[in-house]
Amino acid sequence: MSLYAYDQIDREMLQDRSAEFRGQVTRRMAGDLTEDQFKPLRLMNGLYLQLHAYMLRVAIPYGSLDSRQMRALAAIAREYDKGYGHFTTRTNIQYHWIKLKDAPDILDRLAAVDLHAIQTSGNCIRNTTSDPYSDATAEEADDPRVWCEAIRQWSTFHPEFTYLPRKFKIAVTASAKDRTAARAHDIGLKLRRGRDGTLGFEVMVGGGMGRTPYLGATIREHLPVASLLSYLTAILRVYNRLGRRDNIYKARIKVLVAATGADEFARLVEAEWRALDQAAIDLPDVELARIRGAFGIVPFESLPARSETFEAAKVADLHFARFVRNNVAPHKVPGYAIVNVALKAPGETPGDATANQMDVIANLAERYGHDDIRVTHAQNLVLPHVKLDDLPVVHAELQRHGLASPNVDLVTDIIACPGLDYCALANARAIPIAQDIARRFADPDLAEDVGELKIKISGCINACGHHHVGHIGILGVDKKGEEFYQLSLGGSGAEDASLASILGPALKADAVAPAVEHLVAAYRRERREGERFLDTYRRLGPAPFKEAVYADAYTI
Amino acid sequence: MPTLIRFRDGGFSQEDGALRLLADDEATPESGAMLLTLDRFQTEGCAHLDDGRRVGVLLQPDDDPLALASDLNRLAVVALAFPKFRDGRPYSAAMLLRTRWGYAGELRAVGDVLREQAREMLRCGFDAFEPADGSTSQEWTAAAGRYRHTYQRAADARAPAFIEREAQ
Repeated sequence: MSLYAYDQIDREMLQDRSAEFRGQVTRRMAGDLTEDQFKPLRLMNGLYLQLHAYMLRVAIPYGSLDSRQMRALAAIAREYDKGYGHFTTRTNIQYHWIKLKDAPDILDRLAAVDLHAIQTSGNCIRNTTSDPYSDATAEEADDPRVWCEAIRQWSTFHPEFTYLPRKFKIAVTASAKDRTAARAHDIGLKLRRGRDGTLGFEVMVGGGMGRTPYLGATIREHLPVASLLSYLTAILRVYNRLGRRDNIYKARIKVLVAATGADEFARLVEAEWRALDQAAIDLPDVELARIRGAFGIVPFESLPARSETFEAAKVADLHFARFVRNNVAPHKVPGYAIVNVALKAPGETPGDATANQMDVIANLAERYGHDDIRVTHAQNLVLPHVKLDDLPVVHAELQRHGLASPNVDLVTDIIACPGLDYCALANARAIPIAQDIARRFADPDLAEDVGELKIKISGCINACGHHHVGHIGILGVDKKGEEFYQLSLGGSGAEDASLASILGPALKADAVAPAVEHLVAAYRRERREGERFLDTYRRLGPAPFKEAVYADAYTI
Repeated sequence: MPTLIRFRDGGFSQEDGALRLLADDEATPESGAMLLTLDRFQTEGCAHLDDGRRVGVLLQPDDDPLALASDLNRLAVVALAFPKFRDGRPYSAAMLLRTRWGYAGELRAVGDVLREQAREMLRCGFDAFEPADGSTSQEWTAAAGRYRHTYQRAADARAPAFIEREAQ
């Protein structure tokens, strides 16, 4: 067991939600509710009306799943959708072809495996995201999932914070290497030990994407962990009272923090926090211990750090060796490894997985991975606990099902929003651009030579594809009915967070992938030993890259 | 006269007779209770209270409820306006009135008040509602009672999950 085990209370919460939503759908289908009245109710259940059908977004709390849940997601894809699902940058999964009449049954099916669609949309606290390597990396100060689960419970149907000015996203990391893009969140929480050895959170507030991107500002260096929920309550209350509600584009907390100033905002939060009845809100130690215990302990074996099977396979199979170089990360326990499964096969939609692929992952996790699966904000999956001895078998099975793309964090590991292919808000398509780029870098030797290069594509200024924090960010815009794409360089959502800067005039769709090739060529020409694309850009600035794209790419 | 739904002794009931709001330029009635805007309350409210009249105050989301702090316990009603159902500020105002400033009188939700908000409103301390959707007290009872548990403490007496678990 490796997942927080729901108790009867947790289960009854989901059952009650499911029953409530069934009633609302029945009223809508009988005509007792108009679409206008129904809209806010369905949005509270993650049900959007998109271009072609309803889209249902299912929460995957802090990106953690077990095999039983993954199989249920596969079954839903098979029975109610077109045989696939789309993993999102919020570590959720969306189904794009849902019928309204099926939605209540789907929620029941989800509730049967402790899953739900609560707060996956609407102006409320959304699914908390976390480090996909939690409980597997030696880097972390503590297991962030324990705190994520505390936040999940506290934020679920919070009566005061259900109608915030705008949506609200929290990320929790516990490692120096930030795999959550914490500073790009409304609240980023970084767990670490203080000089006195106590665990605390660095609290970052006011990051976000959208049309005006900001990186979060640290308003507290070391919040004692036991005070987490009361401190979050203080932040949310200040935001709920003072955040703008007159303009949807200025309603996120980032705008309030920027307008107030981080120091003054911090003062308001501290004043509210001191005035709160903290003891009534913060979880007692016994409950924190219960949550920690409910995750169970993975029964790792005592293994030698070196696996002969693993070493021999690396020599014998170049594909395996490449997969290990790019997709496998060190584990805290000797003889184990963290395996990244990229949902980024060339030509496929980033983040999409078929029902069969989901079942394959579920089987592998069950047989070789202590029943633990993670979803990453880069729209990939992770098997966090695999024995080195088993890696060749796991790789072979992944390969058989198109899941062994050896490209994690490489140029073809692209984040893209659904774009105009699905989304009613989009100005331009994102998926075909990603596919076009991936095809041009399909040669794995080339992709590996280019090294870490994070391309992020959004089909509109809402920035669901996180283009502001891409090493190369691509934003789709509409110009007189034609799709154009604006390139930005130099962003990062990791521990070295920064916002990308626009490179120059927007390009036509068919000029985007060639422009990326020019950018990469310029990088390979200019790079120094050990430099990533981002490092070379930071050292040289935009000039050589601008020249590479606009000297001969055809522009508007 | 708009319908008023009250929550009292654990149940919802319906009655007529929501307090009528006096416009800022309207003459003060000879007798009876009255509901005033914050502006009007700040100029003449104390005089009416001193005359022994029943006075309520209607706060818009922009109004700071702290402005009422010194008079809270003399007020017959504090009404919080929801210009749109998705304006969430009155929930925080209600929480502050109940849990920080100790207001124990009637706390009424007015404006775009829908039965789907019953649970959130109740939990934040509202105990009187002027529904805009024509809903009945039976419907409010159903809407507020859909969930057997809650995860967090609010202004009501419900024990959150972590207390239920401790008792198990």
